[in-house]
Amino acid sequence: MTKKLKRVSGLFIAPSFMGVLTFFLVPFLVVLFYSVVDNPVNKEFVFLQNFKEVITNKAFSLAVVNTVKFSIISVPLVVALSLLVAFALDSNVVGKSKIRSCLLSPMMVPIASVILIWQVLFHYNGVVNEICSRFDVSQIDWLKSDKAELVIIILFVWKNLGYNMILFMAAISNIPKDLIEVARLESASKWLIFWTIKIRYLASTILFVTILSVINSFKVFREIYLMTGDYPYELYMLQHYMNNMFSSLNYQKLSAAAIMMSIVMIILVSLMFVIENFIGRDLEE
Amino acid sequence: MKFDRRVKKKRRKKNILLSTILILLAVIFVIPIVFTICNSFMAETEIAANYGRIFDSIVGSGGSKYVSETVHLKFIPDAVSFKQYFTVLFNSPEYLLKFWNSVILVVPIVVFQLLVALLAAYGFARYRGRIREMIFFAYIILMLMPYQVTLVPNFLVSNWLGILNSNWAIWLPGIFSPFAVFLLTKCMRRIPSGIIEAAKIDGAGEWKIFTKVCLPLCKSAIASVCILLFIDYWNMVEQPLILLNDSDMHPLSVFLSKINNGEVGIAFAVATIYMIPTLLVFQYGEDYLVEGITYQGGMKG
Repeated sequence: MTKKLKRVSGLFIAPSFMGVLTFFLVPFLVVLFYSVVDNPVNKEFVFLQNFKEVITNKAFSLAVVNTVKFSIISVPLVVALSLLVAFALDSNVVGKSKIRSCLLSPMMVPIASVILIWQVLFHYNGVVNEICSRFDVSQIDWLKSDKAELVIIILFVWKNLGYNMILFMAAISNIPKDLIEVARLESASKWLIFWTIKIRYLASTILFVTILSVINSFKVFREIYLMTGDYPYELYMLQHYMNNMFSSLNYQKLSAAAIMMSIVMIILVSLMFVIENFIGRDLEE
Repeated sequence: MKFDRRVKKKRRKKNILLSTILILLAVIFVIPIVFTICNSFMAETEIAANYGRIFDSIVGSGGSKYVSETVHLKFIPDAVSFKQYFTVLFNSPEYLLKFWNSVILVVPIVVFQLLVALLAAYGFARYRGRIREMIFFAYIILMLMPYQVTLVPNFLVSNWLGILNSNWAIWLPGIFSPFAVFLLTKCMRRIPSGIIEAAKIDGAGEWKIFTKVCLPLCKSAIASVCILLFIDYWNMVEQPLILLNDSDMHPLSVFLSKINNGEVGIAFAVATIYMIPTLLVFQYGEDYLVEGITYQGGMKG
């Protein structure tokens, strides 16, 4: 009986699995193969040579440093802000659902309009500088100086806050109310309730949102690319490197870089699983 | 009694402050949308006057146009003009063509990814074996991979199959992308096993359980998936940039970014037109959207 169920339900998976196999998994093995040979025509085994070359490449290390730097600053910022907003929205504020819609709306805006308005705001002659000059602050070339990162961070927060907030709001509504009530009756302080109950129950969501944000921070390339082009100042990200590799069709280096990135991703996701299991077990007791 | 009133008053004050901050934040968040729509109704000369110092190429044509010293963030046009829309809709077919490209690229992906994913989700939810859990884990990792990584294998396969530079290069990886599988599996795993067992005792086969029991119960999850997929693919940039060399085939999302500097006025109008589908989806499906996002919280089914 179970065997039959196993077979039949396996058939349901088949189309999807075939597709994933053809378009992702099998070519991924080829990518793995390419990463350890000298080139796709010669196919001579060089083991870690490509990895070495990629790592020692100045452009690549610059891209890694920039990407990591961006993630380290922007991810904690966006997680903390969205958690804060979610808590704020959870209390009785006016126009709760309207505010939620507004905060979620950046998801809808096409990237090109984002770029347009960000340029109007942060261009050398743009609105922000115009306001600054009124307060006797000298003009800053936001997009072409080390401030460019700040501009992109603002954009990143603007874009991702709503999404994360929704995840947090759902988690907040799952915190058992009676537990908080009991704690209050036992005259636990607000801080104690916040840290030992609320944050405790939100831990797995915080973790999830953090990892989601890390992944999203890898994706910020879109905006940077459209705003500043192929070789931006201070914002040369990993995807720039990959794009430039694509245009020169350097398969082995492309593959080596992709493999390294996927290893990082697999570690991140596994970590998430392990911690979620750990926290989840703890709470169900 | 007096004490109680004071606490209440304090709480109300705090509430007002909080509401004000949140409303302010909300307004800041929607400015880009409002800005784009409002500016699409401005005449080219007004745009040039306002933003000429940023997009100098638009000033070049006329020569003696008035350009304001400073750049204003302007919302209400001096005179409402539909000229930009007229240009986009009737005078330059390229924009409509690109819009059509977007539709052609996105709709099949959403429809077929949903179909493939519904089947797979049922398979993953109905039986949980060791191998299947491993495959599901692989799906999750794939789903979370950034384009930097997945585009390399996609490019290779498209190259072998000779579908590079055709819509298939975008469609096929899109259709088999594991995102919808993940979300729908989570939904189907929540269906109480009692319901399915009852259907089985009544003599329903797997296909019947799938179509008559699971699908109706997952209606709202299906709607959420459609919305999330649509929004995601409607704004795609990376895939066409790498998989489609021929810029005539690019969707409007890529093309929009290229007209930024040339014709800003038109860019606003095109961006507004491009936003209409997503705004409509948002208007009518916000609750589904929120539900879909909520489903993603937590990785396990």
